[in-house]
Amino acid sequence: MDSDLNLKATELRLGLPGTIDAISPPKNSKRSSPDSDSATPPPKAQIVGWPPVRSYRKNNLAEAESGSFVKVSMDGAPYLRKIDLKVYNGYVELLEGLEKMFKLTIGEYSEREGYKGSEYAPAYEDKDGDLMLVGDVPWEMFKSSCKRLRIMKASDARGLGCAV
Amino acid sequence: MCLFQFQSVMNYFPEEVLEHVFDFLTSHRDRNAVSLVCKSWCSVEQFSREKVFIGNCYAVNPERLIARFPRLRSLTLKGKPHFADFNLVPDGWGGHVYPWIEAMAKSGINLEELRLKRMVVSDESLELLAKSFPNFKSLVLVSCEGFTTDGLAAIASNCSCSAMLFVIQVFSCLYTQVVPLLVRGYCFSVVDDSIFHDRFLRELDLQENEVDDRKGQWLKCFPESCTSLVSLNFACLKGEVNVAALERLVARCPNLRSLRLNHTVPLEVLQKILVRAPQLSDLGTGSFTHDPDSETYIKLTNAMKNCHSIRSLSGFLDVNGRCLPAIYPICTNLTSLNLSYAPGIFSNELIKLICHCKKIERLWILDTIGDKGLGVVANTCKELQELRVFPSDLYGVGNTAVTEEGLVAISAGCPKLNSILYFCQQMTNAALITVAKNCPNFIRFRLCTLNPIVPDAATNQPLDEGFGAIVQSCKRLTRLSVSGLLTDQVFLYIGMYAEQLEMLSIAFAGDSDKGMLCVLNGCKKLKKLEIRDSPFGNMALLSDMGKYETMRSLWMSSCEVTLGGCKTLAEKMPRLNVEIINEAGEGDGEATYDNRHRVEKMYLYRTLVGPRKDAPDFVWTL
Repeated sequence: MDSDLNLKATELRLGLPGTIDAISPPKNSKRSSPDSDSATPPPKAQIVGWPPVRSYRKNNLAEAESGSFVKVSMDGAPYLRKIDLKVYNGYVELLEGLEKMFKLTIGEYSEREGYKGSEYAPAYEDKDGDLMLVGDVPWEMFKSSCKRLRIMKASDARGLGCAV
Repeated sequence: MCLFQFQSVMNYFPEEVLEHVFDFLTSHRDRNAVSLVCKSWCSVEQFSREKVFIGNCYAVNPERLIARFPRLRSLTLKGKPHFADFNLVPDGWGGHVYPWIEAMAKSGINLEELRLKRMVVSDESLELLAKSFPNFKSLVLVSCEGFTTDGLAAIASNCSCSAMLFVIQVFSCLYTQVVPLLVRGYCFSVVDDSIFHDRFLRELDLQENEVDDRKGQWLKCFPESCTSLVSLNFACLKGEVNVAALERLVARCPNLRSLRLNHTVPLEVLQKILVRAPQLSDLGTGSFTHDPDSETYIKLTNAMKNCHSIRSLSGFLDVNGRCLPAIYPICTNLTSLNLSYAPGIFSNELIKLICHCKKIERLWILDTIGDKGLGVVANTCKELQELRVFPSDLYGVGNTAVTEEGLVAISAGCPKLNSILYFCQQMTNAALITVAKNCPNFIRFRLCTLNPIVPDAATNQPLDEGFGAIVQSCKRLTRLSVSGLLTDQVFLYIGMYAEQLEMLSIAFAGDSDKGMLCVLNGCKKLKKLEIRDSPFGNMALLSDMGKYETMRSLWMSSCEVTLGGCKTLAEKMPRLNVEIINEAGEGDGEATYDNRHRVEKMYLYRTLVGPRKDAPDFVWTL
């Protein structure tokens, strides 16, 4: 047994004291020696109970923060993106943001004809699970009811009023 | 006059006089001190004490409490150790309030107020509470768990009163028909005069509890005759409440001073409530998001302008930053502002808001405010006494956090600062030394670096000197939490200078037993010591065992103490409960445990009543 020689006590480690059994940061993050970049916190492998924030507070903050993030899918794209609706002040900014993110143009919105002059139409899934055209309702109402965004190909979007 | 003569004079005071004098002593510490003077003072004191504070529910038991303080009206109880807040204590550990309520109910205690922190409160407890104490007025639950909205419904209904009212109603209709004298005699002998005064709940304050929301109608359970509410806080509830019932409740309670809503209460309802209750002094908004161009928002702005008494503001659990201007008029008189649950308010909006808050004394915010924002606080909030800066980014690499700059700015700009909780990305000794010079009045100083062992950002040295400066300068410091890279040296300073220290929290710090020894030997007023992930072992633990009887409790987790060390301590100190917490998969039982085995979690506390009988399987009292 090692206990007599107490090899562990003399072991040259750069780790945190006493974290043998607890969830400890992975070996590659024990960079707390003076001659290395020690400002970065132990990543990914969270230390239990650190930072010392009440679980109530942690849960609430997580909920609040993710509240405005919605997934954005684009027909034909291999993976989805996520955007924070709170960052935008209105539809114009949102559509610009989407255009930049997916490198496409969305065209102009009109109540009668939906999105004119582009291959794509932005749609969203609301609280009830229905697929709706972006732009019909006031911005604030949209923000609170939008659960997920979908950039559809205009050819699929005929039913949503997109004039191709 | 010599001592003997003085004593004789004191003995001539009749007990009523002593009791009257003691009435002026409100602090439990003063009353404790007074009861130590002599037997007669102890006796007078114990039979007149109405408010009792028990910092560790396992230090005594209900029977002893009731025997000593039969005139008890207000009880404060704390259960789990502080580190339970950070998931270090498994579920089922204990801290049940039921036995206390049961015992007080059986003994006919006239309980009016119950304040609990970190306790397990079941619905059965709440139901028993509701029906056992006719004069019950105030329930405050902080960081508790175990109850649902059904339990709240029981409290709201406060059944005993409703039953009495039914009796009156039934007999009042017979009043004119049956012989009046007979009926009247019956009514008033049945009914206590106090039914006509407010026998209803005054205060229901739920702070940061984990409540199982049964989506019931607990708010509707406040009877129509309940008009006595002064304080209602249900911000921590997750489910929807009956807003119509809420509005009616607010409308019929003219003494309502404090109201904190949960996130399901929309802005429209808030507006209506404020119109009904402009006398509020403490407001917690629910959701604060709406179209700022709408009529509702304009109505809200007007309603707010009419609320001249609001001094404390919190909530904004779901917020649209552009709605904040509505609260600017109340900001001028605010003394307390809690925006720590509002990550939706961005830094620039926060700063704009702060500029209106010149009288703020207590400010709780997120680190999204940034160093720049803290600079604004420093320039604006000259009355600031307590600041708490919480981390907003708990899982990432912390881009938005504050640094030592913000803390230095605050210390320079806010001369009345005496209490701080600061989560930061980095710190330096130089900054801490400056802070210590600027603010010698700290009572509470809690610093938490997001990386628990980060060294001085400028010099890469440990933060020993910085914290050393704090304890040396702040002679009235009673609570301290340290973090960052720390060696035994910091504990040398703490032991040497922190003479008034009562609570110390240590994590990932120190090199050897010497560190803990310095603290135990030096801090004469230490009451609570909690240590995690630090290399302190049996030598330190056993060096001054008598010390623990002068303290409330000691917590050590992921340190170097062994089972053998803990057993020795338990053996020598029968008036301590030494508890080991063993989580799943750590051996089959005590028998297979080697005394040399390191103990993962140990919690010890002084007690008058021996090992507790409600310890679960995974807690061993040695």
